[in-house]
Amino acid sequence: MSTVNPKTGYSRRTLVGLMEDKPGVLSHVSNLFRRRNYNIESLSVGHSETPGISRMTVVVNGDDAVVEQVIKQLYKLVNILKVSDIDDSSSVTRELALIKVYAPAAVRAEIKQLVDIFRANIIDVALESLTIEITGTEDKIDSLIAMLRPYGIKELARTGRVAMVRGSTTTGVTK
Amino acid sequence: MKLNGAQILWECLLHEGVDTIFGITGGTVLPLYHELVNYPIRSIVVRHEQAAAHAADGYARATGKVGVCLATSGPGATNLVTGIANAQMDSSSLVAITGQVASSVLGTDFFQEVDTTGITMPITKHNYLVTDINDLALAVKEAFHLARTGRPGAVLLDIAKDVQQTVIDFEYPAEINLPGYKPHMFGNARQIKQAAEMINQAEQPILVAGRGVIIAGAFAELLALVEKAQLPVVTTLLGKSDLPENHPLCLGMGGMHGEAFANLAMQNADLIIGVGSRFDDRLTSTAETFAPKARIIHIDIDPAEIGKRVRVDLPVVGDARNVLRELVSVVKPAEHTPWLNQIEAWRKDSHARDILHQECGELQPQFVVNQIWEATEGKAIMVSDVGQNQMWEAQYYHHLRPGGLITSGGLGTMGFGLPAAIGAAVGCPDEPVWVVAGDGGFQMTLQELATVVQERLPIKIAILNNGYLGMVRQWQELFYQSNYSGTPILGPDFAKLAEAYGIRGITISDSCEVRSAIEEAKTYDGPMLIDFRIEREQNVFPIVPVGQPIHNMIRRPIPQGAQG
Ligand SMILES: Cc1ncc(C[n+]2csc(CCOP(=O)(O)OP(=O)(O)O)c2C)c(N)n1
Ligand SMILES: [Mg+2]
Repeated sequence: MSTVNPKTGYSRRTLVGLMEDKPGVLSHVSNLFRRRNYNIESLSVGHSETPGISRMTVVVNGDDAVVEQVIKQLYKLVNILKVSDIDDSSSVTRELALIKVYAPAAVRAEIKQLVDIFRANIIDVALESLTIEITGTEDKIDSLIAMLRPYGIKELARTGRVAMVRGSTTTGVTK
Repeated sequence: MKLNGAQILWECLLHEGVDTIFGITGGTVLPLYHELVNYPIRSIVVRHEQAAAHAADGYARATGKVGVCLATSGPGATNLVTGIANAQMDSSSLVAITGQVASSVLGTDFFQEVDTTGITMPITKHNYLVTDINDLALAVKEAFHLARTGRPGAVLLDIAKDVQQTVIDFEYPAEINLPGYKPHMFGNARQIKQAAEMINQAEQPILVAGRGVIIAGAFAELLALVEKAQLPVVTTLLGKSDLPENHPLCLGMGGMHGEAFANLAMQNADLIIGVGSRFDDRLTSTAETFAPKARIIHIDIDPAEIGKRVRVDLPVVGDARNVLRELVSVVKPAEHTPWLNQIEAWRKDSHARDILHQECGELQPQFVVNQIWEATEGKAIMVSDVGQNQMWEAQYYHHLRPGGLITSGGLGTMGFGLPAAIGAAVGCPDEPVWVVAGDGGFQMTLQELATVVQERLPIKIAILNNGYLGMVRQWQELFYQSNYSGTPILGPDFAKLAEAYGIRGITISDSCEVRSAIEEAKTYDGPMLIDFRIEREQNVFPIVPVGQPIHNMIRRPIPQGAQG
């Protein structure tokens, strides 16, 4: 589990939800977070292993009581099939980021070195800039961004967290 | 069978057992109204769509069936919004049907286009935008299923105009397809046993009964449980009539304007058993100060209500009727004599302060409501509006009819009373229906007097007329240095207004005339309005000031000559 804020008792918690792939489902979900005043750090949605079922990963800032309410409220949405609280220690989490950094010839080698250390990739090269792709935990991405910031980040796109439980257990919907 | 979308809608509604709808027509529902005349469905035309939703809501609460309202796109749909939110907040079974612009022009800001499903998303249990005729029948079937099952609520169907006009080979869908919707109907057996043990051990138990008991139809089960284990019952506003209010174990309504003895009982309880109540702030005040000595059992069909406001020691998720039935069989008979004696002592002190009798002279609203109660023997369907009038109804009308009070609890919607009474009178034509409203709220939807006349509904209307937005004036008096900003209001001569609509109307300002006026209304064959000119600055007591624990009430003053 991520660090607990001593003032609020809140930490970053990861929820995985499966939902019917129907129009309006995502608006129902985002509407719920806004209306119930939940503190959402990221929300990412895509296809799951089953056609017609989408999978979302939500990172919510809260304590046990908040997380319990979020899960229960999500379940009340008619098109939500399953919601699981994935504890960080038993799950793998990844995020992808694209970073366009200001990179004139003079600093290019330095940046290239950083990219190697972080096992990131340079996926596009231009006269004045490099576009870097990095996959990893938020912490890893945060550190690369911190390292690149002094060079001048021109553009940044992050996907938000996706997560899966380790081992052969699944969060799938049993049918 | 080849049918167009409009015909399919009505066919589906017949399958759902719908016999009445409340609505107003318009451009995008013309095809629906065009076909409606061919179906055995009573169409009640109201004068404002808000009233259509409230009437359908009132109909649903009075009958236990799903209420249906209908409106055109754009302003018709936005006018429904208050009524939809109101029904959803009080878990009333409502299906709202709106027309939408044709699917080919959707999203172009077409004439009278509004994002109805977007607007109603946070105030419905679920909603559907139907843009394909092949989806229509299933959407209707699911909408009714969602509205009436589990924790009931409001469901909206937004149907594009071209869908209403497209013809297909119609087949009624055999099954719904809602894999993510599984209401918990039966409580966990282990938790029910644990609940019984906690009840058996309790010395000062209080059962808090909410609207869930009415929705589940759990009256007999509740009565059996509380009599067997001798559990005194405090109800919420919406739970009034869960138990016959002349029953010795019924302490009436608790909370912000609850009876003092009911609040004292909750605050001193060692066990609170909540049944079909969401422990809302009007009942508990600040959650942290509520029933500080009690362990709490919370029985509710909606798992999200458990732990939402108050700490819960034992949850039981399930339908109130099923859970109570199980619970009755496992609790032990009990007496709780010292506890009941203590409560009776508190009750005596409260009763000494009641305003029940009056000499001739200035009218007291409490007396008026008490007289309506006596005259109707507690058996009428009472529909109250919002404000002081609503609280006086709740305090002085002791309901015997299960579900006999229809009122806007969660949303507190002024203007709810008259249109909801229309729905109740349509749904229960053989029962007396009374409205108790303030002069302010009544003026918010009084256009529906025309509907009352058009539909020949023998509704009796009691206006507690104080010339103020009274409840707010009371707060100004108590908490804002009597600065009556924005609360004095003028009204019309309500009796004359009623007469203009073709309704018998009279004005009463002396307490000597109250009983005969009520008796006249009771026997009068048709709708009748009584404008009760009450003492203008009467207050509702007890009142728990905001933020105070519920035992810190401002009590009723003890009347002169009374002892207590
Ligand atoms: C639609 C709406 N607007 C405003 C309010 C706020 N409000 C609550 S009670 C009240 C006063 C009601 O006055 P009236 O209908 O005359 O009833 P009284 O309290 O005088 O009995 C007001 C304005 C509300 N509940 N609903
Ligand atoms: Mg008033």
